[in-house]
Amino acid sequence: MKRSVTGTDTLALVGLLLGAAVVLLPFVWMVSLSLKPADEIFTRGVDLLPSRLEWQNYVDAFTQVDLARYLMNGVIVCGGILVFQTLFAVPCAFALAHRRFVGRQVIFGLVLAGLLVPFHVTAIPIFLGLAELRLINTYTALIAPFVASVFGIFLFRQFMARLPADLFDAARVDGLSETAIVWRIAFPLAMPAATAFAVFSVTAHWNDLFWPLIVVTDPDLATPPRGIVFFRDAEAGDNVGPLMAAAVIVTAPLIAGFLLAQRTFTRGIAAGGLRG
Amino acid sequence: MMGGARAWREGLTTLWLVGPATLAMTVLIFVPVALVAMLSFTDYQFGARTFNWIGLQNFADMVSSPLGRRAIVNTLIYAAVVIPFSIILALLVALGLHRLARRAGWLSNTLRAVYFLPVAATLVAMAIAWQMLLHPTIGPVNTALVALGLPRQDWLSDRGLVLYTLAAIGIWQSVGYNMVLFLAGLSAIPASLYEAATVDGAERPWERFWTVTWPMLGPTTLFVTVITATTAFRVFETVATLTKGGPAFASDTLVYALYREGFVYFKAGYASAITVVFFIFVLLFTALKFRVLESRVHYR
Repeated sequence: MKRSVTGTDTLALVGLLLGAAVVLLPFVWMVSLSLKPADEIFTRGVDLLPSRLEWQNYVDAFTQVDLARYLMNGVIVCGGILVFQTLFAVPCAFALAHRRFVGRQVIFGLVLAGLLVPFHVTAIPIFLGLAELRLINTYTALIAPFVASVFGIFLFRQFMARLPADLFDAARVDGLSETAIVWRIAFPLAMPAATAFAVFSVTAHWNDLFWPLIVVTDPDLATPPRGIVFFRDAEAGDNVGPLMAAAVIVTAPLIAGFLLAQRTFTRGIAAGGLRG
Repeated sequence: MMGGARAWREGLTTLWLVGPATLAMTVLIFVPVALVAMLSFTDYQFGARTFNWIGLQNFADMVSSPLGRRAIVNTLIYAAVVIPFSIILALLVALGLHRLARRAGWLSNTLRAVYFLPVAATLVAMAIAWQMLLHPTIGPVNTALVALGLPRQDWLSDRGLVLYTLAAIGIWQSVGYNMVLFLAGLSAIPASLYEAATVDGAERPWERFWTVTWPMLGPTTLFVTVITATTAFRVFETVATLTKGGPAFASDTLVYALYREGFVYFKAGYASAITVVFFIFVLLFTALKFRVLESRVHYR
């Protein structure tokens, strides 16, 4: 009995390690290619390690295309989206959780209904609206469609509903305005929800290709994935090293964030599953 | 009088807190959903000044044309491959890591991080890494096949293979996410249940799995299934980066078709019809979730 359990355990461990190797394979290959000289990339042998490290690939990634610009666009777009989402969601969530008013159920119902709608469903009308306003190929086109996050409202409202109402009543007695209560008391207390939401929002928008592909044809406005696609389409297949270097650089910030704050990161992304 | 003024002020405060978000979600979600439904009954093209109401013509075109059917069928096949494999693999990994955690916590944690990496990574960048792995001549996957005496495969340009290659990448990307949810579900199972099961004669690991673990994971499994399904129906990034729906539309999917018809060919009406079909699929799955939730899963 004892022996057979150890046997299954060993078998399970081997399986887990093999699976992990498969999961890591594209990461390892990406990094390996990004450090290989061109002639080694195009030989048929499978050498994991390059004979010498070709850092020039990374220099090329920044000089052949404006990779720095793509990264900055990613920061601007993700930052802009997150700031506006928070500004819209937090007061609404607070009111839904701690105020009694006519239509509260209706608005919460709308939030829940909104959770069922994938962004792709709204893409055509939103594109038409942005085109009408002559906003295609602007930062506004990349940011504005995402400012109303029903998922954000939902997450904050669920968290804030568990905060004791006495706290806010006391603040009201002290003469604080509702706006001040929202931002100076409720929001700091809801930090766990805020970080989870921030992780979810930033990963989703840093990685998104669908919307940037639709509203951005100007390389100067490309977000990192859009930029990678520009780069890939521009080079004729002979520039693999720099392309892979660019892929490494684009992927690195989120991977670094994940490795540094695994718990927060996993919780944030896992929470995103509540979205439709 | 005073009460009226107070109520008025309270109302204004509420409006100030709730109004912007409500307006924004109306304009950005509900109005577009209504518009896309309307557009699906028209022949509208982006940039055109007029349009005609054509009833169900777009939907008829979609179902009767091989191309439209291809997008639907491909999406269903993709989902039918990704959903079971992603869930079963995630469950196996979670069970293994959960067990390992007691013997070697650090190893379990490290492996968990490894399995989760694809979830955090930028899919477009990783898709290009996969493209190099699967490259017909210089990719190590084919090199390995040849070394084993097997024929090379054109993973991304063979019509019969391409959809399954994309599905494999989809599985690779989603296992870590499902694993995290399963691990949370596993750690919520009270140890006393296993003890009770042992007392009742369930001694072998797989007996304990079927009598305790699997039933207790019911709600998690359902949640995981719905999430994997909705993510699978949305597949876009890998298609857009690796195949553009090709070769010969062999890997065309609903969201990619909606992108192509709408934003490459500017057929807004037809693309809206594709959108509506896609949305119906997503809603059906969500409805199914609630049906099953009510009827089958009563463990908590």
